[in-house]
Amino acid sequence: MFTKKQLLTKGLLSVAPHMFSVIPFGIVCGAIGIELGFSPVLVYAMSIIIFGGASQIVFLQLLSGGASALIAVTSVGVINSRHLLYGAVLSEYLEKLSFIKKLLISYLVVDQGFAESNKFFQKNKNEPYLHYHLLGSGGTLWICWQLATLSGIILGSFVPEELGLKFAVPLTFIAIVVQDLKKLDHVIVMITCGLSSLLFFDAPFKSYIIISPIIALFVAALVLRLKK
Amino acid sequence: MTWFSIIIAGIITYFTRMTMVALVDRDLLGERIKAVLAYVPSAVFPAIIFPGIFINDYGTFIEINDPKIFGAIIAILVGYFSRNVIATILSGLFSYWIIIFLL
Repeated sequence: MFTKKQLLTKGLLSVAPHMFSVIPFGIVCGAIGIELGFSPVLVYAMSIIIFGGASQIVFLQLLSGGASALIAVTSVGVINSRHLLYGAVLSEYLEKLSFIKKLLISYLVVDQGFAESNKFFQKNKNEPYLHYHLLGSGGTLWICWQLATLSGIILGSFVPEELGLKFAVPLTFIAIVVQDLKKLDHVIVMITCGLSSLLFFDAPFKSYIIISPIIALFVAALVLRLKK
Repeated sequence: MTWFSIIIAGIITYFTRMTMVALVDRDLLGERIKAVLAYVPSAVFPAIIFPGIFINDYGTFIEINDPKIFGAIIAILVGYFSRNVIATILSGLFSYWIIIFLL
């Protein structure tokens, strides 16, 4: 059995390697906001209020491109709707928490934190304080995201675009799923999702990001049925 | 107006995080759905990976000889064999940079 502090540290350490992607991406996010002509306070406030990398960039790009606020807000909602899936997975491990604690810890559910904590949860189902792992991973990501976007806002145009730092984003997610390439069922689900995302890339409100997981989960259900 | 939109977007985003954790009773989900949910990482992350590699900033498909494809292949190989997140990210980035800056 792990203590709360051990779990917190394990959560922190599990996402630490992802900082090689999160920090560059956060810097780019902050810099783009300034480049598009928004006020530094506003760009930074999004990191606290929305706290969702890609959706923050899309929101500002849409507004600066002349899209209505309604379209920008809808796009953020659609892009972030994938958290519903993360929540559904995590709820199994968080169900014993009080309602208030559930409300608070939800704010920290983000891609990499979900991915790493979920991997830990699957192997340690019976630990009593599992949520401390999520607190460690999500909290670390939150702090680094704040510092990174803030640095981007300050550095602004000093961040060289040629570096293509946004490429670190697909790489961090490759690192998360790459070991599942050993399992044929997961490979089928991944390819379904990936190809769907390219096929539906032009669907309105960036909805490819939730359409393709739904298609992939249907395929997963089929695969499960065939396996029996 | 922009501030108002950000706050609404923030509230919606928070609800996407909180709804399934705090508001939905897990017992409502059947065993079949729980089994399918085990595939969530594999079903979601490629929707971030594929467009991040194959589609450029202007929303069009990249060429087949684009350095991002090379970087991604290196990252997959390094990640698969090393099981190391840092090695995966850095090998992908560096191989991408080597191509765009040196070749």
